Amino acid sequence: MKKITVKVNNPTGLHARPASLLVKEASKFKSSIFLTKNNKDFNAKSIINVMAMGAVNGDEIILKVEGEDEDIALISIKNFIEGFEE
Amino acid sequence: MFKGIAASNGIAIGRAHIYKKDTNIIRYEVKDSEKEIKRLEEAIGKAKEEIMLLIEHSVKKIGKQSADIFEAHLMFLEDEEFINSIKNKIKNYNINSEYAVKSVADDFSNIFLNIDNQYFKERAMDIKDVADRIINLLNGSKKSSLSNIKERCILIAEDLTPSETVQLDKNYILGIAVNHGGKTSHAAIIARSMEIPAVVGLGNITEHVKEGDLIIIDGREGTLIINPNDEEVKKYKEIQKNLFEEYDELLKFKEVNILDKNGKRIEVASNISRKDEVDLALKYGADGIGLFRSEFLYMGRESLPLENEQFEAYKYVLEKMQGKPVIIRTLDIGGDKNISYLDMEYEQNPFLGLRAIRLCLARKDIFKTQLRALLRASKYGRLRIMFPMISGLEELLEVKNILNETEEELKTEGIDVGKYEIGIMIETPSAAIISDILAKEVDFFSIGTNDLIQYTLAVDRMNKNVSYLYNPSHEAILRLIKKIIDNAHNEGIWVGMCGEMASDLSMAKRLIEMGLDEFSVSPSLILKLKKELDKIVNF
Repeated sequence: MKKITVKVNNPTGLHARPASLLVKEASKFKSSIFLTKNNKDFNAKSIINVMAMGAVNGDEIILKVEGEDEDIALISIKNFIEGFEE
Repeated sequence: MFKGIAASNGIAIGRAHIYKKDTNIIRYEVKDSEKEIKRLEEAIGKAKEEIMLLIEHSVKKIGKQSADIFEAHLMFLEDEEFINSIKNKIKNYNINSEYAVKSVADDFSNIFLNIDNQYFKERAMDIKDVADRIINLLNGSKKSSLSNIKERCILIAEDLTPSETVQLDKNYILGIAVNHGGKTSHAAIIARSMEIPAVVGLGNITEHVKEGDLIIIDGREGTLIINPNDEEVKKYKEIQKNLFEEYDELLKFKEVNILDKNGKRIEVASNISRKDEVDLALKYGADGIGLFRSEFLYMGRESLPLENEQFEAYKYVLEKMQGKPVIIRTLDIGGDKNISYLDMEYEQNPFLGLRAIRLCLARKDIFKTQLRALLRASKYGRLRIMFPMISGLEELLEVKNILNETEEELKTEGIDVGKYEIGIMIETPSAAIISDILAKEVDFFSIGTNDLIQYTLAVDRMNKNVSYLYNPSHEAILRLIKKIIDNAHNEGIWVGMCGEMASDLSMAKRLIEMGLDEFSVSPSLILKLKKELDKIVNF
């Protein structure tokens, strides 16, 4: 399993639109992908989970990836979250 | 009179129709859970089809914002956590699908309700909406009665989901009043785009109103009156009539071009602070964007916006304006506007300190990032870049040097730069006095009256003791404005005004006589100003 801390950079946080794009991105990978905020795990392939995380701008969340394509998935999702711009 | 939250403008007077949802879901045991899951999957499939139709309808009839809401709903129906939780409930407890959907939806919406952020709290309503849709399809209950309302009424409800709101027929639903919700709830957003007056957050209004009661709602004030007396009805009918007439009258000016006595076109443009406001500017017939305050991209966050984020915002506004001019003012921070993450030093006199262009020249890294984003966006529309707080020629020349240097860098990187114009704000007395010199260096001026007045008259208008001296029609100000316009015209460039004086209708005539070429005001004032200018030039 690979782990890394990422910071949310979007002014409105992970609200509906960025959340849905994140889910689409995460769903491209075979690995299981979870985001951890306040010690709670949220499935990055679930829009409801990602939104239920309630991540706002500046939040630091832990990204956990496990599976055959975990290396590439880790980098892609990290870049996606930190680089998301509206 | 009941007080709630004003959610959508306008007055509505009519009979109450109380909308109650059937929330009673019966739990029963199923023998074959596999078969029950099949039934669930069929309902979900149908729900998806319904939502796709709703998206189509929203795009055509209501607007993109509503369509986005339903796009998210579609994703809920494909959400593995959500759907699997429902299936597991059916499998593990041998319960009916309706009950499983309801209990899983309740769990998820409770999670949303517990988030300490209004936006995420309101998403609980979206889960409920999707769950209701599946349940209705499962138990074959007829579509909610809302689309069957064929009598004019004011709709009173505990709450409305987005799906319920879009079903409303504007011909029959005169107004909406609900117990819950806030200004950003989806029902409020949709009501605004459908232009149905609405008051939300009324507490327990459903318990006070009876079916058929006469109701007045005031969507401007957020108030509601039950069974008003004749006088109140008369008063509100009058207000309503005036609002309609005023609006109809103003709309006539949307496409009107203002030409002065010499046939010169006077532009009425819009000031905006966020990229989304461009929609409002267009709705009210703006001839262009006269001031896009780019500093709002930098505020309310914890780090500098990246080049790409800025580029997307500028591109968005330029494309939306479809060839109409867009003035983007570079970062205007300092003075009364601060950015915490910039660690700006404490200053005795911030209005005379390191603000606006001075800050950009001190932090060239920040400035160049913005210029790169602007230049990259230039090919998507008619860009005019404007620099604030210029106080001397050397300063302007330095700014132009950096701009040229940035453009060269982009070109060596193989990045296209489109055509653009550059201009400066005239808001310091020194710039006004040497405007003949500055005019040789730029394509346009825009007069920032708020600062020009306070610097010229040496008055802080926030200071109660001296604010009486803040007088926009002080002879010194009028002379300066005249001088700025004359100097600009002598060099063949045009002059706009984006300060508050531009929206002061009583000043419009004088400004036109002085030869002002462009007025830029907030979106909601565009039509009023066009009407006034039209009257002046045709008098």
